[in-house]
Amino acid sequence: MRYLPKSDSERRAMLDACGAATADELFSHLPETVRLNRPLNLAPGISEYEIVRYFRDRAAECANGYASFLGAGVYNHFRPVLVDTVVSRGEFLTSYTPYQAEISQGTLTTIFEFQTMICQLTGMDVANASMYDGSTAVPEAAMMAVRATGKGRVLVAKSVHPEYREVLATYAKYQGMPVAEFGYNAETGALDVEDLERQIDGLTAAVIIQTPNFFGIVESVKTAAEIAHRKGALLVVLFTEAVSLGILEPPADADIVAGELQSFAIPPSYGGPYAGIIATKEKLIRQVPGRLVGQTTDSRGNRAFCLTLATREQHIRREKATSNICTNQALIALMATVYMTVYGKQGLRELAEQNLAKAHYLGSKLSRRFTGNYFNEFVVRAPEGANKTLLKKKIVGGLPLGRFYPELADCQLLCATEMSRRADMDTVAEVLA
Amino acid sequence: MIKKVTPHISQNEALIFERSSPGKKAYQLPELDVPPVDPADALGACNVRREIEGFPEVSEVEAIRHFTRLSTWNYAIDYGMYPLGSCTMKYNPRINEVVARTEGLAWAHPYQPEALAQGCLGIMAALEAALAEITGMDAVTLQPAAGAHGELTGILLIRALLEKRGNARKKILIPDSAHGTNPATAAIAGYAVENIKSSDTGGVDLAALEQLVDKDVAALMVTNPNTLGVFENNIAAVSEILHRKGAMLYMDGANMNALVGIARPGDFGVDVMHLNLHKTFSTPHGGGGPGAGPVAVKKVLEPFLPTPRLKRSGKKWAFDYKRPRSIGRVKAYYGNFGVLVRALAYILAHGGPGLRNATVDAVLNAVYIRKALEPYFDLPYSSPNMHEVVFSDDRQSKLGVRTGDIAKRLIDYGFHPYTVSFPLIVHGALMIEPTETEGKLELDQFIDAMISIAKEIETDPEMVKNAPYSTRTSRVDETTAARKPVLRWKPA
Amino acid sequence: MYPENFRYTKEHEWVHAQGDVATVGITDHAQSELGDIVYVDLPKVGAKVEAGKSLGSVESVKAVSDIYSPVSGEVTEINDTLATAPEKLNTDPHGDAWLVKVKLSGPAEGTGLMTAAEYQAYIGAEK
Repeated sequence: MRYLPKSDSERRAMLDACGAATADELFSHLPETVRLNRPLNLAPGISEYEIVRYFRDRAAECANGYASFLGAGVYNHFRPVLVDTVVSRGEFLTSYTPYQAEISQGTLTTIFEFQTMICQLTGMDVANASMYDGSTAVPEAAMMAVRATGKGRVLVAKSVHPEYREVLATYAKYQGMPVAEFGYNAETGALDVEDLERQIDGLTAAVIIQTPNFFGIVESVKTAAEIAHRKGALLVVLFTEAVSLGILEPPADADIVAGELQSFAIPPSYGGPYAGIIATKEKLIRQVPGRLVGQTTDSRGNRAFCLTLATREQHIRREKATSNICTNQALIALMATVYMTVYGKQGLRELAEQNLAKAHYLGSKLSRRFTGNYFNEFVVRAPEGANKTLLKKKIVGGLPLGRFYPELADCQLLCATEMSRRADMDTVAEVLA
Repeated sequence: MIKKVTPHISQNEALIFERSSPGKKAYQLPELDVPPVDPADALGACNVRREIEGFPEVSEVEAIRHFTRLSTWNYAIDYGMYPLGSCTMKYNPRINEVVARTEGLAWAHPYQPEALAQGCLGIMAALEAALAEITGMDAVTLQPAAGAHGELTGILLIRALLEKRGNARKKILIPDSAHGTNPATAAIAGYAVENIKSSDTGGVDLAALEQLVDKDVAALMVTNPNTLGVFENNIAAVSEILHRKGAMLYMDGANMNALVGIARPGDFGVDVMHLNLHKTFSTPHGGGGPGAGPVAVKKVLEPFLPTPRLKRSGKKWAFDYKRPRSIGRVKAYYGNFGVLVRALAYILAHGGPGLRNATVDAVLNAVYIRKALEPYFDLPYSSPNMHEVVFSDDRQSKLGVRTGDIAKRLIDYGFHPYTVSFPLIVHGALMIEPTETEGKLELDQFIDAMISIAKEIETDPEMVKNAPYSTRTSRVDETTAARKPVLRWKPA
Repeated sequence: MYPENFRYTKEHEWVHAQGDVATVGITDHAQSELGDIVYVDLPKVGAKVEAGKSLGSVESVKAVSDIYSPVSGEVTEINDTLATAPEKLNTDPHGDAWLVKVKLSGPAEGTGLMTAAEYQAYIGAEK
């Protein structure tokens, strides 16, 4: 087998050195009763060509050559060629967690740059080296707020991504962390401020909102912050469309920012792997979960980087850790770092403006369900069978909302990005009108 | 005499922000085919940011040079062995990278209609079936994003079942040899942690277990083989004790590389376990992630698995959301699909017989290292080891040199260090796992290096204590990094 | 090395009672076992502490150690110089790097507190 670098004679020499006549003897210490006494019921190994063909056949059973107007937390953006060039380097692809700083300065330096860029993007003081994804960053942020405030309740907006709220509920159930939801304004699609005021109390640790929210509406972070802080709660602001930060004011009034970076050159890949982030103010630095890279010097006085504040983490603090997380999404975060470098200050802005233009071109041709300001996603009422018609024209329409919001069962969530073409948008406008 | 490596000049490189200069570009967007929109009009003037202060501005050439230069400062599997215990740093097959990038798979949106995602669903179904066969379990969920995430899922499953039976119970037993994620996970799942001391052969002490398992114990979390690389010979008895008292057996699958094709956890009494695809199944570590942590369960736990689950619907695959007993979601969408593709490619490449051969070679490599180094390093547990072996620095620490120092000196010999000071039940541990993808030459060079260092310690311990010498960066000041954390770049 | 007028715990804390206020710290042995101290987590002024229960923790780069209160009472003062200079714990654990002052709710001479001589014998035996 091409991944096993031993010849038969080498195996023989090694078995001799181990004092074993056969390889089976290496397992003779295992109790008979636990041994598998038959071959695994799996087909024999196949060649490279056959493997490629297998996955090509699977890919052919998926959507190919369709224009897509799906967003809802996963976005279609161009992936600069440089991203795969960089992450395919063996030194990045096949290296381990940078516990040994002397031989991991490549990884450590890029993570430090990543942490910096996330701070610049979000307006926070410190960012971690990534969480599994946006959906798991939410309960981590909630748990941070609970630890920091000593209070137990969490309030989350209904306009936060529905699947993210489901994940929060799973984590919260056994933490003694009751979660309640507050609604959205039926007209604007933004936060129902009255409902928030009604539900928040002195026991609330965190108020969690998303901007742009699941409906694509831009929220007033200031308003939410004022209410949360007045009651001694922390404000957690979540984003799922990272490109929006190219043009939107960063949520400086937030105490914790959680987010999903999939938009930054991370392939949609049917749901993962992605990279989430947690960023926060200086005062909460010791409550941050996950890995952190810090700047220091080596014994010769040169600048160097290393993992730091490890005493927060599971391998040291065990059951008292800030989280159980071990892995970070280093390679995925590197994709985002390269993306942010390639686009840079001007590019991310220009990209966001293009997204705005495309979505507003389409949005202006349709009757939108909500009146609030939107970035690159919006909700429209859709006639019966609209998506079926669009599929025949090789277009995947927006996400029908009935599965998550029964009150919006006649609506769909449309997204247009810099990849959406005018002709396709004209077709969508025609069919959905 | 260090034969494997020679110092070589490598490029210096500043941080990307220090290379930046206003107006430099590495991108070009197409011309807009629709009218531009005034951001202030569309978003509200107060919502528009002025600029992203400090963000880099470099050309494509500088970008590629930056990341390439940085990459040369890393060690990697592509360079040589990582003997890290329980990390299973095996070769990351490149075919995995190619197939994961197949367009119809890489660009699949999780919400595209199921009729247009049959290929993705088919891949997930094939992987679920393969992992069930490998583990001897009845059902698999691919939703968890990593090992620790899988652990949390597994413990939540146990809790859900016990709750249904009337009492979720209060604590989880965890061996003192366990990885830190185990107790951290138990705490997040709302359980108290009780440590169970290992026996003097490093396994689960049956008498202690019999004593400790009471009506308040929900489960024992065990790693098998354990973190000493030793198989838990009493595992069937362990399972029996737990089941008799209404508790469950969770297995941390981090060490599956010793078992694939040889023994199946489902056959020896495990109720629920997680797998680390980025360990046993060769998906790349990428500097610290992504991973994937599928969870495999016995039938009794199947109803509680995260939603949605794959099901066959006529000739097609579909997701089943009607699962009233499910613990809910542990992650948005369906799992780290891109990682699942890579793992399936690995399984297809090896096939059934191939997977077993890989396990045999993994164990052979570790036993070979043990035999060669036993005369030089203390072996605290004499039981037969499987895919990894743990020594202690007892002999060397008498001369003032600890496991951490030996690890740093190993770097000068051209290797990444082994796992230092873990498991905690061994004083000054050296935890070594070669994996099956190391050949005899690399192993012999590793053995020679370790023996050479052992000899260096006898004649010149101070020299070893101040290693490494040949790296770009010498030992870093971790104390100042923790006392005065600087976690981002700031302009002067 | 170990002040005669202090009392010591098995978990390596010291306590110095003066009237109904006691000063608490960690011993030289404790700091040397931990290595370079990077952070100290102390309770807030006004917090109640209980003998034998954790009142905070001390961190080195690779380890965390709980600080167990030798006495019961209410925290009246904390040494906030340790926030910016945790390294003082390594250089002057019995003096400048005291941790908290506690207004006692009960007698300081409880069970389990050793004299300097007893403590030195204890750590000698531990080795």
